[in-house]
Amino acid sequence: MLHSTDFEVHRNWLAITHSLPVSRWYHENTSEWTLDYPPLFAWFEFGLSHVAQHFDRNMLQVENLNYASPSTVLFQRLSVIFTDVVFIYAAKECCRCVQEQKGSRDVLNRPSFVLAVLLLWNFGLLIVDHIHFQYNGFLFGVLLLSVAKHLQVQTSGALLFAILLNLKHIYLYVAPAYGIYLLRSYCFTQDNKDGSIRWMSFSPLRLLALGSIVVSVCALSFGPFIAMGQLPQVLSRLFPFKRGLCHAYWAPNIWALYNVLDKGLAVLGVRLKLLEEAELPRASMTGGLVQEFQHSVLLSVSPSATLVCTLLSILPAVASIWLRPCGARGFLRCLLLCALGSFMFGWHVHEKAVLIAILPLSILAVESREDARIFLVLTTTGHYSLFPLLFTPTERPVKVSLMLMFTIFSFTALRNGQGPLLRPLEVVYLLGLVVVAIACEVVFPLSPWQQRLPFLPLLATSVYCSVGVCYSFLRLYVRLLQRDDKPKQL
Amino acid sequence: MKTWSLVSICVLLGVVVRWGVSLNSYSGAGKPPMFGDYEAQRHWQEVTYNLPLQEWYFNTTDNDLNYWGLDYPPLTAYHSWICAYVAKIINPDWVELHKSRGYESPTHKLFMRTTVLVADLLIYIPAVVLYCLYLTDGSSKKKISTLLCFLLYPGLILTDYGHFQYNGVSLGFALWGILALGLGWDVSGSMAFSLALNYKQMELYHALPFFCYLMGKCIKAGPMGRGLFLLVRIAATVLATFALCWLPFLSDPSQALQVVRRIFPVARGLFEDKVANTWCSLNTLIKIRSILSGDSQLYLSLACTFLAVLPSSFRLLTKPTFWHFKLALVNSSLAFFLFSYQVHEKSILLAALPVCLLLNDLPLIAIWFLQASTFSMLPLFLKDGLLVPYVVTSLAFLFFSLYLLSALDHCSEDELRMGAYNKLLFFLPKMDLACVVRWKFYISVAVMAVLSIVSIALVPPPHLPDLFPVLVSTTAFLHFFGTFVYFNVVQFSEPPSRKSQKKNN
Repeated sequence: MLHSTDFEVHRNWLAITHSLPVSRWYHENTSEWTLDYPPLFAWFEFGLSHVAQHFDRNMLQVENLNYASPSTVLFQRLSVIFTDVVFIYAAKECCRCVQEQKGSRDVLNRPSFVLAVLLLWNFGLLIVDHIHFQYNGFLFGVLLLSVAKHLQVQTSGALLFAILLNLKHIYLYVAPAYGIYLLRSYCFTQDNKDGSIRWMSFSPLRLLALGSIVVSVCALSFGPFIAMGQLPQVLSRLFPFKRGLCHAYWAPNIWALYNVLDKGLAVLGVRLKLLEEAELPRASMTGGLVQEFQHSVLLSVSPSATLVCTLLSILPAVASIWLRPCGARGFLRCLLLCALGSFMFGWHVHEKAVLIAILPLSILAVESREDARIFLVLTTTGHYSLFPLLFTPTERPVKVSLMLMFTIFSFTALRNGQGPLLRPLEVVYLLGLVVVAIACEVVFPLSPWQQRLPFLPLLATSVYCSVGVCYSFLRLYVRLLQRDDKPKQL
Repeated sequence: MKTWSLVSICVLLGVVVRWGVSLNSYSGAGKPPMFGDYEAQRHWQEVTYNLPLQEWYFNTTDNDLNYWGLDYPPLTAYHSWICAYVAKIINPDWVELHKSRGYESPTHKLFMRTTVLVADLLIYIPAVVLYCLYLTDGSSKKKISTLLCFLLYPGLILTDYGHFQYNGVSLGFALWGILALGLGWDVSGSMAFSLALNYKQMELYHALPFFCYLMGKCIKAGPMGRGLFLLVRIAATVLATFALCWLPFLSDPSQALQVVRRIFPVARGLFEDKVANTWCSLNTLIKIRSILSGDSQLYLSLACTFLAVLPSSFRLLTKPTFWHFKLALVNSSLAFFLFSYQVHEKSILLAALPVCLLLNDLPLIAIWFLQASTFSMLPLFLKDGLLVPYVVTSLAFLFFSLYLLSALDHCSEDELRMGAYNKLLFFLPKMDLACVVRWKFYISVAVMAVLSIVSIALVPPPHLPDLFPVLVSTTAFLHFFGTFVYFNVVQFSEPPSRKSQKKNN
């Protein structure tokens, strides 16, 4: 059976949490895949390892690097399928929140059905979790559940998010949205007539409740490590800034465009004799390896610079829901913008992170035509950018078929028989995506450039998709800043 | 939602399931010296590419017929030749004469699996789509549901994409033939079926219904005049198709004779291995193979097959409608499977195809039979290491078909056409038939599940090493025999009134 490096990563974590005492968990580095998720996830792996020992004890030995017996693979895959139960429950809760239209509708056209299919059959989630191997279904389930609870105006959303943060810290991307929204809408119990903030209605009790929830969850998770004085070590494992601006496969964000621009200018400069070739640093970024490097023409980008850019990009969104909260849907939009903003400007972003934006956007897409348009563009480009993750010929028919299935379904279901959904420019862009796909998958491997520039298809994919992602980001911003809090019906 | 988008989603899902199964092991993987069906297909590519046509079916120094000699008609050989041509372009080592024996590699496996998928996409899947869209009644949602269940039938997927064979090609051609006959294009239908016959000789199981249906139509159209003209056209098409396929072999009569000898090996016994037909099941009680001589076994099976197939063929001859044609296909292939000579367990697919055509009309019985047919091949799948795909595809098929076709809701006496049963069994107390049938279905599925688990988990006692395959084949035999009786009864009952919309001729 097929598996990827993520498979070995999780097997290693099962071994570490099972065989070693808690004090060694964040110090262990026999394998290169060290534990870099927060402690609550480590406890989750610890729980799984107790079931794992009934499948194959050998996978729980830390020394057994790259151990992959059939029962190991079976256990791992079954664990992902099993934890997806959380995701299914979350999808069900989200479908309950979707506003139904009156009038007789075919089951296939009902918004809740469309949302269920869009969530459960999400191409990106399927290939990342079940082929590539991660536990995103479970984690996204918790995220969507907390979103659903917010939409249902229940307070368990905050607790769920606190748990989620302690399971995988990548969700810090969307923490500002939660923080500001809860502060504004939960701690200030009433608004003025015109929607602006009423300072007098501040409830310290509620703030205390929120604070205690967050603190207690973090204490539960980090507590043992703080007690052992290992907090700096844990934090250094969680936030490894040595890894370089771009991930090996170049997530389609601003920095991909920045890199290409830099490289292009460098080549141009050499051609026009403005720069000396010897002065340029070695061109290792196009080699596809994860390293630190310097840009040659434009300014080099440091982690703090990316942080500043990210914060600046999400500031308008956060300010908007502080000044004029539009209810739970406004919160959802802000969450999406925080996720996309961090994706666009973040340090060492992985392409899988685009799913944090795509999945919640599904909820908005089934309710409003305008959001459906943005969803189609973002989903198609985001999912296509995941193609390079599955690069063997064996997986090609599966990924192409699943992608086509999901794309056909989303286009026809969201269109709902009311005429074309996308503007002509968007159609041209998406058709261009098909051209890029054929060029990268079919034409390129048979062409002479395969040997000299092996990184070219990845480059082309990232750059082309970044355009689509940027476009969606801007359109979502426009939607948020329009003073419009009534969701349009399809 | 638009029909075309739902159809494409169903087809893509079918492709994903097929490719998923193909990632597993194949027949004879890593088992020298003979390996399995996968190696047989690869060997035929080697033989057809490297040797001249005259030597393909003969035992020569270059062509050892004992090592997977060609035993299918010429179209299979031509198909192997095309695949070998492509293989040579990609990697000549795969079809190197003599040296490539037992060649196994991941790339080669990918190539072989791709050939199966390409053949399916070109021949089988379009036929299924067209059949479900144009020859089934009901709303478009019902048609799409039928399409999905048809494409998800586990038996064919596991045999073609797991064990490794090209049944999709011969069954696809046969399905094109049935489709053409249903639309009234008799000549094209006969040509398609002749192609199917020339691909695998087992399609003879379907030959009698085709013959009786067309003959019945010709007689109805008038023995003199239009009917005779139609008969002549059909006969000419069939002969021309056969001649075209056998053309290279017709130059020398000994060539043609040798091919016939290879595709009909009468020297083998009444049955081989454990198969869910009458003779093997009877063998558990009385050892027929030792009691009767070889010749009398042959005559006995011929006689029984003839008797079993007679009622249904006669009925079709007198009433050549499409509905009767479909039923006769089921009855004829089941009769051949149950009573014929040297039957392999994979031949149940020839009965499964016509039953798939009845998914729309008699959903519960069709689903029941299809599941039983997959179950009957369980020992074969276990030998090939296809346990996980078997479990997953069977569960998925049961779930989707029972849910989408609402099979358990349509169990009334009228819907199951069991009126004739009640007349036959008038001496039994009157019971709620729907309830009885539903309970029989549940019990049967439970028995199949238990036997599957037992075959996998337990070790048979040392004095009965074949206990589990025998139990599986006997259970399957009981299901098949019951289905055979049922479909014969249905064929002799009155057709339902709403069939007037169907394309009759």
